[in-house]
Amino acid sequence: MMCLGIIRGLSFIYFAGGNMSAKQKQDAGITHDGMFFAQEQLHEMHDKMLFIRRFEEKAGQMYGLKKIGGFCHLCNGQEAVCVGMQHAAEATDYMMTSYRDHGHVLARGSDPTAVMAELLGRAGGVVKGKGGSMHMFDADKNFAGGNGIVGEQVPIGLGFGFSSWYKEDGRVTICVMGDGGINQGAVYESFNMAALWKLPIVFMVENNQYAMGTSLDRASAETQLFKRGISFKIPGMKIDGMDVLEFDKKMSEAIEHARSGKGPILVEAMTYRYRGHSMSDPATYRTREEVDEWRTGRDPIARLQAQMIEAGLATEESFKQKDRDIKKEIAAIAKAAEAQPEPDAAELWTDIYTDPIEGAYPYPGRVG
Amino acid sequence: MSKITYREELNQAMAEEMTRDESIFLMGEEVAEYNGAYKVSQGLLDKFGPKRVIDTPITELGFAGLGVGAAMTGLRPVIEFMTWNFAMLALDQIVNAAAKMKYMSGGQYSVPMVFRGAGGSAARVGAQHSQSLENWMANVPGLKVVMPSNPADAKGLLKASIRDNDTVIFIENEINYGDVGEVPDDEYIIPLGKADVKRAGSDVSIVAHSRMTGFALAAAKELAKEGIEAEVIDPRTIRPLDENTIITSVVKTNCAVVVEEGWRFAGIGAEISARIMERAFDDLDSPVIRVTGKDVPMPYAANLESLALPSVRDIVEAARTACGRA
Repeated sequence: MMCLGIIRGLSFIYFAGGNMSAKQKQDAGITHDGMFFAQEQLHEMHDKMLFIRRFEEKAGQMYGLKKIGGFCHLCNGQEAVCVGMQHAAEATDYMMTSYRDHGHVLARGSDPTAVMAELLGRAGGVVKGKGGSMHMFDADKNFAGGNGIVGEQVPIGLGFGFSSWYKEDGRVTICVMGDGGINQGAVYESFNMAALWKLPIVFMVENNQYAMGTSLDRASAETQLFKRGISFKIPGMKIDGMDVLEFDKKMSEAIEHARSGKGPILVEAMTYRYRGHSMSDPATYRTREEVDEWRTGRDPIARLQAQMIEAGLATEESFKQKDRDIKKEIAAIAKAAEAQPEPDAAELWTDIYTDPIEGAYPYPGRVG
Repeated sequence: MSKITYREELNQAMAEEMTRDESIFLMGEEVAEYNGAYKVSQGLLDKFGPKRVIDTPITELGFAGLGVGAAMTGLRPVIEFMTWNFAMLALDQIVNAAAKMKYMSGGQYSVPMVFRGAGGSAARVGAQHSQSLENWMANVPGLKVVMPSNPADAKGLLKASIRDNDTVIFIENEINYGDVGEVPDDEYIIPLGKADVKRAGSDVSIVAHSRMTGFALAAAKELAKEGIEAEVIDPRTIRPLDENTIITSVVKTNCAVVVEEGWRFAGIGAEISARIMERAFDDLDSPVIRVTGKDVPMPYAANLESLALPSVRDIVEAARTACGRA
């Protein structure tokens, strides 16, 4: 059969299950722990994960060529968390995360050319070239950053959740932090108020085992991070973040919990980043064997591919073709982003105040 | 005109604005059931209910961030710090989040909110509860910093701050809360970014904000007895600063004294002095003189405390020197 999967404006054609009957085609999919995933959904989730993987690889390459400056934190290995979460959430739900944000903003549905242009500091960047790698925002997609200070997004997420409680708008806020961020005091201030006022928030910790170069057991007295909400009466869930179907299912339950008015919930996503903390990190604090164990044994993309092949929804060859298509698409995106101009110099002075005060800002005297 | 206190004016400003716009809520420590640590929010819980007047745990960083997030969704939070001393715990949310959000997000997210509370030197409360930090806040692009010096300004400026679409740092003065002043009966708004000439004069310009405006006016009265007519300017908004009003005055008087309660190093006075130097250098007959708090932590003993703060006498002496009548 022929399916049309759409990733951010570009189309891919692939073939799978060519010998199925019409009825079988309709029912084709995978049931995971009682949750049915239709083949269209599976292909979409796969393609998004693979897209994020290849996008990050391209970003790493562009960084190596000094085309991307400053800090650049890649999420290779963590794609199932980004994609599974978005699949479980509504488009109207709010989300925000830390500086490791490329995968999340792409999964949220932002224009990848704008994301790449942002990395390159171009005018057409998702925040006009003013934020860079760490500060992706897309208000139309309810994506509130892209926050650079570890743990800073958690009180902000509390505010989004408060807003939904105040307005009774039925939205859930998904507030993402890392296993480093969860040690910040601001997180517990937020847990307390979220639980006290039963705000509709899913706090999600992406436990990729390392806060920069510090392993979880060197930084946390309680390494079972999903238990960190217990003294605030926040229930916790630990989810395999390397299995997109499992993640989607459990995350859907967590979101439903928050949406139903029961208050916040804490989700610990067990995951792993294949690359260093940032581009300058050779990751000498962990062994090659450890990285290989995750990469080859638990890779979320390879896992879904194997499941889909077994279910007769795709073939190795169809995935190879898809990979070639995605790589080609990303090369075109990088080229288009690079061709964009840098921001206009006048942008230096915009977006500082919504109501600037004439005669007082910018300085009326000598400009400084 | 009615005569009421600075505290009541602030209360009225919030009540009027909350009546007008349901997206405004007040949150902070003891603002609701206790009616405010300084009684600024007296009666607001009864009037608006517990959804819009919200007591928080003692958790400044957390509820400051809550305000930022809520403002990003279009609500208009008024976040009270019991005093600005405690806002230091919330600096990351004020400086790194509220002030920069609009810029970092390429203009997509505004943070229309007010952080307000008591600032400046209090009385006999020691080093940690008695200080002026407006220069910290005023250093940050993206923030607006407002400091009313009297009851009428307090109301008009707070209403303008709540209506403003940017993050406003609204620093009240603890010692001024009980001050009584005449205020218009009809609704009024005082625009941000506009200084006010509190007393006209031709001999020396005295720029002073918050509680120091009153000190400067008292000094001007003393100076008048000696035939020195001081012009007293209250910037009211510290950032963005209404530089033009100050420069216009200095061009007229040819000398200036800048007064602040806070520390001298990199203070508001340093900024205003530099601006005068940049734009009115040729009009100056003498160097700008700064009258500031002493460069020490605030002591407890009454005598030491008064030595640490600027006095009316300090301002009088500085003005005499500035205009060559010492």
